[in-house]
Amino acid sequence: MYGKKVKLRFLFLSFIFLILTLSVFLILKSLEENVVYFISPTEIKNLTEIDNKKRIRVGGMVKEETVKMTQNKISFIITDFKNEINVTYSGAVPNLFSEGKGVVAEGYLNDRSFLDAKKILAKHDENYMPPEVKKALEKNK
Amino acid sequence: MLKNFEPNKIFLITSKAPKYILTAFIIIISIGLIEALILSPEDYIQSHSVRIMYVHVPSAWISLGTFSVIATLSFFILIFKNKSFILITKSLAPSGLVFNIIALTTGSIWGKPTWGTWWAWDARITSMLILGLFYIIYILAWRIYDNGEKANRITSLIAIIGLINVPIIKYSVDWWSTLHQPASINIFSETSIHPSMIVPLALMTAAFALFSVLIFLMKYNTELIKIKNKGLDRL
Repeated sequence: MYGKKVKLRFLFLSFIFLILTLSVFLILKSLEENVVYFISPTEIKNLTEIDNKKRIRVGGMVKEETVKMTQNKISFIITDFKNEINVTYSGAVPNLFSEGKGVVAEGYLNDRSFLDAKKILAKHDENYMPPEVKKALEKNK
Repeated sequence: MLKNFEPNKIFLITSKAPKYILTAFIIIISIGLIEALILSPEDYIQSHSVRIMYVHVPSAWISLGTFSVIATLSFFILIFKNKSFILITKSLAPSGLVFNIIALTTGSIWGKPTWGTWWAWDARITSMLILGLFYIIYILAWRIYDNGEKANRITSLIAIIGLINVPIIKYSVDWWSTLHQPASINIFSETSIHPSMIVPLALMTAAFALFSVLIFLMKYNTELIKIKNKGLDRL
């Protein structure tokens, strides 16, 4: 139904597309460590060696009732509900930073359970609702 | 079926359509903006910055959708030498790029008060930036190679290569840990945006879609007139 040239062009393009897709996939797969924006406390725990000169980002939830603020220091625990890591930070935290919410802390590891953060980012989840709805939801809990 | 896309026939429609689309756009964006800026509620945690979402999300969708259309049509251009699609793809690119820039800028403005940073090199944001670069390369290629067989081939190839990036943008938030939140609107699972916020989002999406069609038609007509002025009655 289609000419030979059309079929050839189709094959040619399909192969180019396939090869490129595969290459991109393999590149991303091998670079996974760098593509992820942050790692979880569990992954920190499983690290074979820790490099305390390398800046890393740890993400998870701010554990409830662990945020302690003193005059110029703030400390809290990041949890992924399996493992935890202690974080200390001096400076202003974003408005959305609060207990039970997502957070990404960027800084240097002192050891497997202690991070000296230089930057705190709040993570927003995919839920959007008016305050009244949130209140009603909490009441029903 | 493909014969219906012939520029001469389409010109009759495209030269009249813009004014109707413009009217529809003005009506819908007025209602949409009133909904988004005044009537819709604030969010329980980010309060009023949620309103940025009503511009950010539709722009990102349209930018992605436009690129997907360009890339799909480019397949036809390369394989079947379909001449009618060439002007369509060429005219779609500018509005796609504009919405890409809007999505990145509004995202940045939203990121500062919520995340605490203007920019993060996470997978979603970086892949969206790459899409913007693809748009720029695509438009530049049209400028550099003028019109002709060579331009058709190179631009179509750029669009097809860029298509690989589209699913990466969509699923980046699921495949890797990103600062950007995962999708709130899902076709197959529950949507996590409250219905009162869906209304302005849908209106703004419709308004932006109309706007991008409007820009597309204006660009398309310009291209057609350029060809007519050259004294060619066909591509």
